Amino acid sequence: MRPFTYERATSAGDAAARVARTPGAKFIAGGTNLLDLMKIEVETPAHLIDVNGLGLDRIEPTAEGGLRIGALVRNTDLAADKRVRRDYALLSRALVAGASGQLRNKATTAGNLLQRTRCPYFYDTNQPCNKRQPGSGCAAIGGYSRPLGVIGVSEACIATHPSDMAIAMRALDALVETVRADGSIRTIPIVDLHTLPGTTPHIETTLGKGEFITAVTLPRPIDGTHIYHKVRDRASYAFALVSVGAIVRKDGGGRIAIGGIAPKPWRVEAAEAEMPRGAKAVASRLLAGATPTRENAFKLTLVERTLDAVLAQARA
Amino acid sequence: MSSLSDFELSRRGMMVGTAIATTIPSLADAASPASIAETHTASVSFEVNGEPRQLELDARTTLLDALREHLHLTGTKKGCDHGQCGACTVIVDGRRINSCLTLAVMHEGAKVTTIEGLGAPGHLHPMQAAFVKHDGYQCGYCTPGQICSAVAVLDEIKAGIPSHVTADLMGAIEPTNMEMRERMSGNICRCGAYSNIAEAMAEVAGERA
Repeated sequence: MRPFTYERATSAGDAAARVARTPGAKFIAGGTNLLDLMKIEVETPAHLIDVNGLGLDRIEPTAEGGLRIGALVRNTDLAADKRVRRDYALLSRALVAGASGQLRNKATTAGNLLQRTRCPYFYDTNQPCNKRQPGSGCAAIGGYSRPLGVIGVSEACIATHPSDMAIAMRALDALVETVRADGSIRTIPIVDLHTLPGTTPHIETTLGKGEFITAVTLPRPIDGTHIYHKVRDRASYAFALVSVGAIVRKDGGGRIAIGGIAPKPWRVEAAEAEMPRGAKAVASRLLAGATPTRENAFKLTLVERTLDAVLAQARA
Repeated sequence: MSSLSDFELSRRGMMVGTAIATTIPSLADAASPASIAETHTASVSFEVNGEPRQLELDARTTLLDALREHLHLTGTKKGCDHGQCGACTVIVDGRRINSCLTLAVMHEGAKVTTIEGLGAPGHLHPMQAAFVKHDGYQCGYCTPGQICSAVAVLDEIKAGIPSHVTADLMGAIEPTNMEMRERMSGNICRCGAYSNIAEAMAEVAGERA
């Protein structure tokens, strides 16, 4: 690990300003992803600002009937919150489908959204990777691509976003609250938080320099059966090959977001109109324009079959 | 490397020395003044197994390395050092975490419990006794992490924290075999003692119920 200087943040606004003006500075919260990457020198921050003491660890009701989740609420606490279990079961289910108990105890809400891809070539510093080293090429295309993306990807990068929680947040239309380096605040709909790789896969979000997530807000609860179905190579503690986060109403309509297939939570509102017509109809709209590799083309079938299982579970 | 002088030149001491040489990257080029100047220290105070501790550390020091190399609590093990195996599991402020994936300096004021704090020969923690009784280990390397995790798992079930296999998110959670297995997935055992570990946990959960 490269040496770095360390300080504890005193306020969110101050932390944002310090990260913006200090070369190589990064926030550290749970640290479960950042330290992992620092050990292999994929991440090499020169300065860490520890935001754990900022007290952004509460879940509070909003005036609109939703919930405001502090950026530092741990994944375990979010999944276990009684209001989340009752009104946002999809979120609770997605959280406990991710990582291990130890990691969920440390990982934070904002950190979960900002975690990096698990593409094996991003982790291997001996390999080219446009995300890690812009312009160096993509070893995944033509390489081991079985776990990687099939849609929203580009010729520069086929990495996926690994989060389960973000899939639920996308289906729920969560809002991301931030404070910027100049002290101003803004709200970003989660659909606009993550960017597609295009020719700049090293840029993963629309956050500005030093911009700091303070909370994630959930709108009012959405009626319907909440289901998170994750398909993976092991029964537990593995990233999704395909995951389906769904809220299915009695009339068969609802919302669907897919994980494991794209650089961001994959949701196509037009595909949701097809829900009463079944999984095949939904999948063909969701996956229109997909560009899988030979190794991961199976994900297209797997999405349809997982959707079919989810819609059947909702009817049962 | 003053911590080394506290150790006798025993097999364990040799192993610790080797671990340091392979895990602190700056050691190899310690002769270069530039790399020494680059190292930044920070201080932290926390409680480990009920005792207050204050350390001045290279900011890079993980909680795991602070426990093992600075406080000489070598019960906590370094396996993968990337949060995948769970050998480094300790309990911090009542929650089990991977001590390898967190910096020691991030734990100002925390209460840390390691395997040494749970029990010792002569007065074993019930989970330690159950692991012995049910043969919940073979080589034993993952065992301290398994036991710290297992103790915390029963607390998580009692606190109503759901898992991936919890059928009803709103109901009481039973300490079933499936719950134990799911919740222990962050602790790998290369010897494959899993079924015996789950039995040890079931016994302790039964006694507490």
